[in-house]
Amino acid sequence: MRVAVLTFPGSNCDYDCYQALKTLGGFEPEFRWHRDRELGDVDAVMIPGGFSYGDYLRPGAIARFSPILEAVADFARAGGPVVGICNGFQVLCEAGLLPGALLRNESLRFRSFPVHIRVETTRTPFTSTYAKGQVLQIPIAHGDGNYHATPETLAELEGEDRIVFRYCTPKGALSPEANPNGSAHHIAGILNETRNVLGMMPHPERAVEKILGSTDGTGLFTSLRSHLQGAAA
Amino acid sequence: MEVRVKPRPGLLDPQGKAIHHALESLGYPGVAEVRVGKVMDLEVDAASESEARERVDEMCRKLLANPVTEDFEVTVAGSGEIPEGDAAGSREGAGGGEG
Repeated sequence: MRVAVLTFPGSNCDYDCYQALKTLGGFEPEFRWHRDRELGDVDAVMIPGGFSYGDYLRPGAIARFSPILEAVADFARAGGPVVGICNGFQVLCEAGLLPGALLRNESLRFRSFPVHIRVETTRTPFTSTYAKGQVLQIPIAHGDGNYHATPETLAELEGEDRIVFRYCTPKGALSPEANPNGSAHHIAGILNETRNVLGMMPHPERAVEKILGSTDGTGLFTSLRSHLQGAAA
Repeated sequence: MEVRVKPRPGLLDPQGKAIHHALESLGYPGVAEVRVGKVMDLEVDAASESEARERVDEMCRKLLANPVTEDFEVTVAGSGEIPEGDAAGSREGAGGGEG
């Protein structure tokens, strides 16, 4: 399973993603530079976290027009699985591959600590090995993770089962205290209409080994692997 | 050309809120709300003002503003080449400013 990991100037989780894919096995990660025009023959794409182009203008706004993003958009439109984490989520929203936008955290603070998120749906290529309602402990590290969308878009996301993760308490309850950035409907991750593009603020690639404090992110990778194996069979 | 980008009305603007609080604690009451946006100056080569405006409008829709969260406004800040008829008037205006 070949997975392209994108690198922009300012990306800082590209190696974490690469390492997670390598460690968990079954993946052959390959870096793609922002100036590349071709993804090549890959089975999935990861857009990692960081501060692409220094977050100038708006996070993700400049990366969205980099040459490689055109290839990613084509790949996504053809049904290929794409995961955008943190800055990757911001890039996907700016590119219009996901609806809505990520605003400055309500607190105005950069938030960097482990949070709890609840798996809201397992009908995705990225969460099939989790259980619905399962609570995961995964770290966040962002200043602009406050998910915003119009009431119509939020209703659509809710109605179409496209909210993948919500911030919650360790026991899985939704509360303003457990929402680290002010996101609408406690949203931590969403899908596109065709369910093959996932954007999420928490970092599953930083929760794949005991030494990192949590292995709860592993399920995202094993889900993707079994999805790709199913597609290949 | 001057581009002003502002958060949509009604949209939470935490920066504006923080500045509002700071103004209040400095002893400036009576400020109902603070909204923080961006101003960008673009030097544009174009045959006419309307052409420049059209192009900058497009730039705003594509890149400079996020249509989900921001509104934009484009104004002509000034022209490098002063049209003949206006030259005297502009100088007069500048003189007045100095006085």
